[in-house]
Amino acid sequence: MSGMSKIVKTAVNILFPLTMIFGLYVIAHGHLTPGGGFQGGAIVASGCAMIVVAYGSKWVFKQIKEKRLSSFESIGAVGFIAVALLGLVFSTVFFGNFLAGSSLLFGTIPATGSTGADFNTGGVLPLMNFAVGVKVIAGLFVIVLVMAYASSVKEWDT
Amino acid sequence: MEKRTIVAVLVFAIVAVFFFFSVFMVHPFGKPGQVNMDDHIIANTQNETGTNNAVTSVVFDYRGFDTLGEATILFAAVAGVLMIFRRVKQ
Repeated sequence: MSGMSKIVKTAVNILFPLTMIFGLYVIAHGHLTPGGGFQGGAIVASGCAMIVVAYGSKWVFKQIKEKRLSSFESIGAVGFIAVALLGLVFSTVFFGNFLAGSSLLFGTIPATGSTGADFNTGGVLPLMNFAVGVKVIAGLFVIVLVMAYASSVKEWDT
Repeated sequence: MEKRTIVAVLVFAIVAVFFFFSVFMVHPFGKPGQVNMDDHIIANTQNETGTNNAVTSVVFDYRGFDTLGEATILFAAVAGVLMIFRRVKQ
């Protein structure tokens, strides 16, 4: 039995879903409320670090390998640059906002001034928030996990 | 006195003089200097990017290259950590 006591594990079991929901909410509403991909990703990654603290890095390392997490991080980076390059293709410039004003996804333009929050706005910004969120979640979690695991064992393969 | 100490004291004195003068030439608190870019973003962010959140529109649209640099820094940090801590058993 690795990790900390049963009290800590029970508290983490209760807190972990709430942290996940809050972090994913911050990522998904990045174009409406304060926050965005970086901040929400940091919240979700701190929830995952809470799991590492409570259950021990060896137990977490059995569930998920660091190669999979680093590939998720690369997927987020490639998605971010791909959305920017699509702006170069469909709009005029790199990072061009080609979805704003169109009738496609997230295409609604809000009225000027103080308006209510509409989720279907923002153009490419929600997509970029999502890509950066995936990238930050996987990146920060793999840093914490690999450091915790490397400090708990002497030598390790793979 | 060692040569290294003399060089260190010289560099410290030069940097301290520049910091001392920069304290007096610093921007007055609460008084914005150039406001042209601010006014343009506040007036046009809802038409140009379709977003109510002006901060996100600056971070991901107007200054997208800055976010690209941040993402590159995070990628480099993850690559460095994985390279250092992944020890292969001999």
